[in-house]
Amino acid sequence: MAVVETRKLTKVFKKAEEGAVNDVDLVTRDGEFLVFLGPSGSGKSTLLRMIAGLEEPTRGDVLIGGDVVTDLPPRARGIAMVFQSYALYPHLSVEQNIGFPLKAHGVPKPKRRERVDWAASLLGIQHLLARKPRELSGGERQRVALARALVREPTVFLLDEPLSNLDAKLRASAREELTSFHKRVRTTTIYVTHDQVEAMSMGDRIVVLNKGIVRQIGTPHEVYDEPADTFVATFLGSPPMNLVEDTDFIAGFRPESVVPAEMVRGPSAPIRLRIRLVEFLGSERILHGVIDGGRFDGRKVVSRVATAASGGLGEGAAHDFAVPASEVKFFDRATGKRAAPRELSWR
Amino acid sequence: MGGPRRSPLTRLGRWLIVIGFAALLAFPFYWMAITTFKQTSDLYNVEHDPFVFNAAPTLDHLRLLFRETLFLRWFWNTTVAGAAVVAITLVLAVPAAWALARLTGRFGQQLGIGIFLTYLVPPTLLFIPMSRVVSWLGLQDTLWAIIVTYPTFTVPFSIWLLMGFFKAIPRDLEDAALVDGLTRFGAFVKLVIPISVSGILTVVIFSFTLVTQEFVYALTFISSAEHQTVGVGVPIYLVRGDVYYWGSLMAACLITSLPIAVVYNLFLDRFIAGFTVGAVK
Ligand SMILES: Nc1ncnc2c1ncn2[C@@H]1O[C@H](COP(=O)(O)OP(=O)(O)OP(=O)(O)O)[C@@H](O)[C@H]1O
Ligand SMILES: [Mg+2]
Repeated sequence: MAVVETRKLTKVFKKAEEGAVNDVDLVTRDGEFLVFLGPSGSGKSTLLRMIAGLEEPTRGDVLIGGDVVTDLPPRARGIAMVFQSYALYPHLSVEQNIGFPLKAHGVPKPKRRERVDWAASLLGIQHLLARKPRELSGGERQRVALARALVREPTVFLLDEPLSNLDAKLRASAREELTSFHKRVRTTTIYVTHDQVEAMSMGDRIVVLNKGIVRQIGTPHEVYDEPADTFVATFLGSPPMNLVEDTDFIAGFRPESVVPAEMVRGPSAPIRLRIRLVEFLGSERILHGVIDGGRFDGRKVVSRVATAASGGLGEGAAHDFAVPASEVKFFDRATGKRAAPRELSWR
Repeated sequence: MGGPRRSPLTRLGRWLIVIGFAALLAFPFYWMAITTFKQTSDLYNVEHDPFVFNAAPTLDHLRLLFRETLFLRWFWNTTVAGAAVVAITLVLAVPAAWALARLTGRFGQQLGIGIFLTYLVPPTLLFIPMSRVVSWLGLQDTLWAIIVTYPTFTVPFSIWLLMGFFKAIPRDLEDAALVDGLTRFGAFVKLVIPISVSGILTVVIFSFTLVTQEFVYALTFISSAEHQTVGVGVPIYLVRGDVYYWGSLMAACLITSLPIAVVYNLFLDRFIAGFTVGAVK
């Protein structure tokens, strides 16, 4: 087990263009499940590949277990990686695929068999050992890729969107399996995804990336409840945080904080909404509305209300809502960064 | 066979097409075989049905081929030159193709096209400058003359062909091998080459058949009979003036082409199989 650290890690693919990864400083905790989250093209894979040694950094250093490994090849870093495409060796059987890292490191054959059996049984794929990758389903391929990664008992696991090729149902169960697997082995794991549900449910901490810049590092609670800037605020949550711009600041509040006025106790900001569209999602409804009157007349606001509490909130109607004062976050208008709370007048 | 059930008419149509093509492709072999064993008088009689034996089969033509020409010698020369050309081609083309396939950006692409263009210069033009090179090397009238000149067109073509195969190998596979403990060179030898066997076999067969059939270089660079290859020796010594020794000619063709046909069929599934299926999704 080991701690992974990056120091001012930067990757510029083409000179004169913006870097794919810019001055990233981060330190994992030992045995942590760290998630890189960001939209497509935000540099998650590039950052992970630099940690793996597959991409040469333009600047900066990578440390694993306290040692600078920036100039070491991937094979000398004690890491294992699962690729989005799984990258199983097509000409080898499942057994040979899983045994490949051991063979490459010169592990003798009897020992190899033992380890392969151990990894295969851990993932429940003993019955597939004789097959070729092309004879496996997506979920089975993913398990083989995981088995191949863990067979050598690496100090760090790197996973690049390993679930994105699975269908929704399989993805949910694979998510759970990965989490419980991590709980058992407690190997430091870095997991790349652009899916916020995966990030929130699996990560001990989340690194939110945009355009190669770290926007926030924190626990799922922190990045959701205390977003560091407007990007994090709108990237996480579905539907995203409502942002209402004022002259020098931006006020943000989550859709689930916008509730019918009669249900709020304590200090709160009242808003009158004209409901334009109602989306029914089973246990709850998404209400798309615009502010009716006051300083912010006409701004769009989305509310998420439990179906049971939303009786009488039909399309076209205007209704009084309120946002508890503690749920309103403030951001600097110029930089988008989090700002100190202040008095908000709606009228 | 799998696939949905078809109407009997469609299936009949399919079979007709398959049988038609099989007959078309097998016909040259049949023609070579029957001509090899026909008596000359049977062969030349226009009254006779040319598709069957009208007189007793004979071994005369084979006797002529083996006893009165240097056919065995030519066959041996062809095998040696073929093996050498295949080896040289693989040694040069495989690493070059890999390097070019992995050279990202336009540079690699253009270099690849440039190399392929050299293949398009016809040997009928090249043999003149090439003969000066051969004599400068002191290789005229030896088998070496063709061993060093044939790679000038097998190598560019093979590079171009292998580039296609290597480009089809997902980069992730190589990266996975690097993470799993191999060096770049190790990944090339233990991963890229095994996955590309079909491409490499194609190169082997292409280079070898070229040696058996090439005419211009073999004729100009080698004059003595005992250094010639099948492709030149056979037509020179079995076509004397306007006398064609058809039986022996066909026997020579049959004996030369059969081994190649057999090898080709042995690896047929390798050529066809989509070999990287299942590697990545
Ligand atoms: N080999 C490369 N050459 C040039 N540019 C590259 C290369 N690899 C990535 N990039 C660029 O770097 C940026 C970050 O790419 P990266 O693959 O790291 O994004 P990502 O966050 O993993 O996205 P996704 O979620 O789509 O996988 C992108 O703008 C991409 O175009
Ligand atoms: Mg990526």
